[in-house]
Amino acid sequence: MSNTILNIQNITKSFPRVIANKNVTFDIKKNAVHAILGENGAGKSTLVKILYGLLEPDEGNIKLNNKNFKVNSPAEARKQGIGMVFQHFSLFDSLSVKENLILGIDEKMSYSDLENKLENISSRYNLPLDLDAPITALSAGEKQRVEIVRILLQDPQILIMDEPTSVLTPQEVESLFVTLNALVKEGRTILYITHKLEEVISICDTVTIMRSGEIIDTSSTSNQTAKTLATKMLGQKLDDLKTNYGHIKDEVNFDVKNISCDFNDPFLTDLKNISFQVRVGEIYGIAGVAGNGQSELMDILTGENINIKSGSITFDNKKIEKYGPQKRRDLSISFVPENRLGHSAVPELSLSENILLSQFPKNNFINNGIILKNNVDDFANNVINEFKVITPGNDAKASSLSGGNLQKYVIGREISSKPKILIISHPTWGIDAGAEHSIRESLIELSQNGTSIIVISQDLDELIEITHKISVIYDGNLSKPFKTSEVEIEKLGLLMGGKNE
Amino acid sequence: MNSLFPSIVSRSQSSGLMNFFVPIISIVLTLITGSIIFVLLGFDPVYALYTFFISPISSTYGISELFVKATPLALIAIGLSYCFKNNIYNIGAEGQLTMGAIFGGGIGILFHDTNAFWLLPLMIFAGAIGGAFWGLIPAILKTKFNTNEILTSLMLVYVALFILDYLVVGPWKDPFGYSFPKSRPFSESGRMPLLFDGLRVHFGLIIALFLIFVSWFVFAKTIFGFQLKVSGYSPKAARYAGFNQTTLVFFAFAICGAFAGIAGLAEVSGPIGLLYRDISPNYGFTAIIVAFLGRLHPIGIIFASLVIALTYLGAEDAQLFLQIPSAVGFIFQGLVLFYLLGAELLINYKLSYKKLL
Repeated sequence: MSNTILNIQNITKSFPRVIANKNVTFDIKKNAVHAILGENGAGKSTLVKILYGLLEPDEGNIKLNNKNFKVNSPAEARKQGIGMVFQHFSLFDSLSVKENLILGIDEKMSYSDLENKLENISSRYNLPLDLDAPITALSAGEKQRVEIVRILLQDPQILIMDEPTSVLTPQEVESLFVTLNALVKEGRTILYITHKLEEVISICDTVTIMRSGEIIDTSSTSNQTAKTLATKMLGQKLDDLKTNYGHIKDEVNFDVKNISCDFNDPFLTDLKNISFQVRVGEIYGIAGVAGNGQSELMDILTGENINIKSGSITFDNKKIEKYGPQKRRDLSISFVPENRLGHSAVPELSLSENILLSQFPKNNFINNGIILKNNVDDFANNVINEFKVITPGNDAKASSLSGGNLQKYVIGREISSKPKILIISHPTWGIDAGAEHSIRESLIELSQNGTSIIVISQDLDELIEITHKISVIYDGNLSKPFKTSEVEIEKLGLLMGGKNE
Repeated sequence: MNSLFPSIVSRSQSSGLMNFFVPIISIVLTLITGSIIFVLLGFDPVYALYTFFISPISSTYGISELFVKATPLALIAIGLSYCFKNNIYNIGAEGQLTMGAIFGGGIGILFHDTNAFWLLPLMIFAGAIGGAFWGLIPAILKTKFNTNEILTSLMLVYVALFILDYLVVGPWKDPFGYSFPKSRPFSESGRMPLLFDGLRVHFGLIIALFLIFVSWFVFAKTIFGFQLKVSGYSPKAARYAGFNQTTLVFFAFAICGAFAGIAGLAEVSGPIGLLYRDISPNYGFTAIIVAFLGRLHPIGIIFASLVIALTYLGAEDAQLFLQIPSAVGFIFQGLVLFYLLGAELLINYKLSYKKLL
C-alpha cells in the first residue's frame, strides 16, 4: 500500500512483571491523524517510546516508508523524521522561547535561517510565539506551542503527540486542532495518544485501540461514537455518572474567607483574596489552567503551608488556617495532592507503609510509637480489595503500580476513613478511563454520604461531570461560583483565559 | 555479534539482590585492586594480602583487637544511619566523638581519685550528652538558618579537636605527667570493664551491640523510624503526612551525636584510660564508610565494621612485616568506598550487551 507510512509488525516488549506490548501490529496511513486510544497501562506509552527510540522492542519490526526502521535514541528518531511532543514539557523555565528553541536543534543552523524558519512555521501552522518571552511567563498552551515549533524545526514526517490537551483551556484546544489540521494538510502524519474519547472522534481519522498490551481494533473513526470506543477500550460498559443536588444540605461546613498569600517568588503565583464556601455533601470544583495558583491554594487548604498573609479558613466552627496537616486530619479533613509519586505516596515504600502517611484518629495504627503492622496491613488489603487496585499484594512498592492504580489506592486510603471533607487536586490526572471512571464514581458516592469535596482540576470535562458548583482560578484570583448544571462552558473557558467581561 | 561495551539500562525496579551484593562486589574489587598495588610495590600479592587480612586475626589477641576497633566504628555508623536515612549528611561524627570523650573524660578527670559504681555510668551519660550537644549545633544552624550541614558539621570537627588539644596541654594537663600533653589517668572504676582477662576487648562492645539492637527496633518497628525514612525518601511526602521535619533533624543529629559521644568515651575509658591528643584514628570519618558499606542496616553495619576494622589491623601488620607505611590502610578504606559508590549503580541500573546490527 503506497499511502502507508509506518508498518508496525508484531512488536512485543516485556518488562520484568508485565508484557507491555504483545504482538502489536497495525499500519499508520500517511497524511492523517491516527489516534492510539487506551487506558494507562494499556501499552500506549511503551509503543510510542519504541517508535521514538527510547525503548528497544524484544521482537518485531517497524517499517517507515517500506524501509526497515530501527533507532536507538530520540536523536536518531528525529533524524529519520519522527518527532514527539511529550505530555510533560521539557523546557528551561528561566530561558526565553528563542533560547529554548536553539537548544533543541540537533544540527547546525545560522541564526537568520532559524528566525526565517520560525516565522515561516509560526504563520503557516497557527503557532504565534513571542520569541523573547521567558518560558515562565507562558501559559501551558503557549509552552506546548514552543514544544511543537521545536519539533517542527526538524521537519518531521510523523509527529507524536502524547495527551496534548490535558493542560489546555477549551479555546487552546481549538487552536491546537487548527494547527494539527494544517500539519496534516501539508502531508504530515500525526500519531495522537489519548484517553479522551471525544477528541478521537472530533480530530482523528483512524483509531487504534489498545487494551492490556494488545491491539483490540484499528478502524476509521467515522462510524464510532464515544460509547463504542469506550466499550472497546475498557472491554466493558460504563454507566453514566449522575450528579444529584438533592442530598446537599444548606449548612456550610468549609468556609474560606479572603485568603491572601504573597510568595515573592517568580515561580509561584500569589493568592489574592480567595473566598469560597462548601456545603455539606457538596462537590465544589475549582477550574483553571495550570500555574494560576492551584498548587499554592492546595498547600494552604492542606496545611502544608500555613504562612498566609490574611484571611481565615473555618471548619466545624474552628479556625483552622494555622493548623498543620496532621491537626487537620484529626478533624477528619482529608487530602490528596496532585502528585502521587513523592507527595501523596512514597514510591520506594510498600503499599502498606504508604498507609501510614495519612492517619486519622479512628485508625488504630500506632500504639506508644510502635507500628501495629497487622492493623496497617489489614487496612491496606481493604483498600486494595474495595477499590480494585491491581497489585501483587500490599508489600509491592508504590512505584510498581500504574498511575491509575496508585491513584485509586491513594484515594481509597483517604476515603476509607470516611472524612468529613476531602480536598483533592487533579483526581484523574494522567490516568486511564477505567480508573478515571471508578474514581469519579467513588467521589460522587462519597458526597452522597455527606462528605464535602473540593476538587481542583484542569480537566474541565471532569469538573462538569462530577461537581455541583464550579469556580475558576486565574492568576491567584478565584471567580464567583456557578451552579455546574447551569453554567456555559464558553463562560468558564473565558474565565480560565483571564477574560471576565 | 555483541558490542564490546555494555550500555547502562535502567531497571524498572531497584534490585533487592544487588542491594545485598553491592557491598560484596566492592570488597572483591578492593581486594583485586589491592593486590595490584602490592605487586606494583614489589610484594608477592598472596603473601601481602595474607599479612594484611589473615594474619592479624589468626590469634585470640588479634580477634579481640578486631572487636576493639570495630566497636567505635559500629557504634558511630549506626548513629550515622539515623542521619543518612533522613538524608542529612552529618560528616562531623569525629567531632561528636571528641566532644563525648571531653565531656565523659572530664567527669573521669574530676573524679580521678574516686572509686564508685556510679562513675562509669555517669561518664557514659556525660559522653552521650557531649556528643549530642556537638551534633545539635549543625542541627540548629540547618533548621534556623538553612546552612549546609556537611560544611558546619565538618568544621566543628576541627573546633572539637582544638578544644581537646587546649585542654590536655592546658587546664587538664596531668600535674605528674612530665609535661606530656595528656590528662591524669581515670580511676579504676572510671574504666570500661574488660570482657576477658588479658584481652583488650571491653564493655563498650556490649553497649554497641545493645544500641544496634535498639536501632534495629526503631528503624523496623516504630513510627519514628518510619518518619525518618519517609523524610529521607521524599520531604514533600513527609510534609504532606504532617511529620515535623525540624524535630526529625534534631533527633537524628542528637542520636547520632550521642552514639558518637559514647563511642568516644568508650575509647578513652576503654583502651586508653586518659585523655590525650590522638584519641581516635579517624573513627568518626571511617564510620561513614562503615554505614554505607553496611547499607544503613544494623546487621550490615556489624559486618561492615568488622571488615573496616580489619583494614586498621592489617595496616599495622603491613607496616611491621612488609615495611609499608600504615597509611595503606586508608588506601583500602578509600578503595572500598570508591567501589561501593560505583557499584551502587547496579541497584537501579543494569548492564546490557546490545546486539550490533
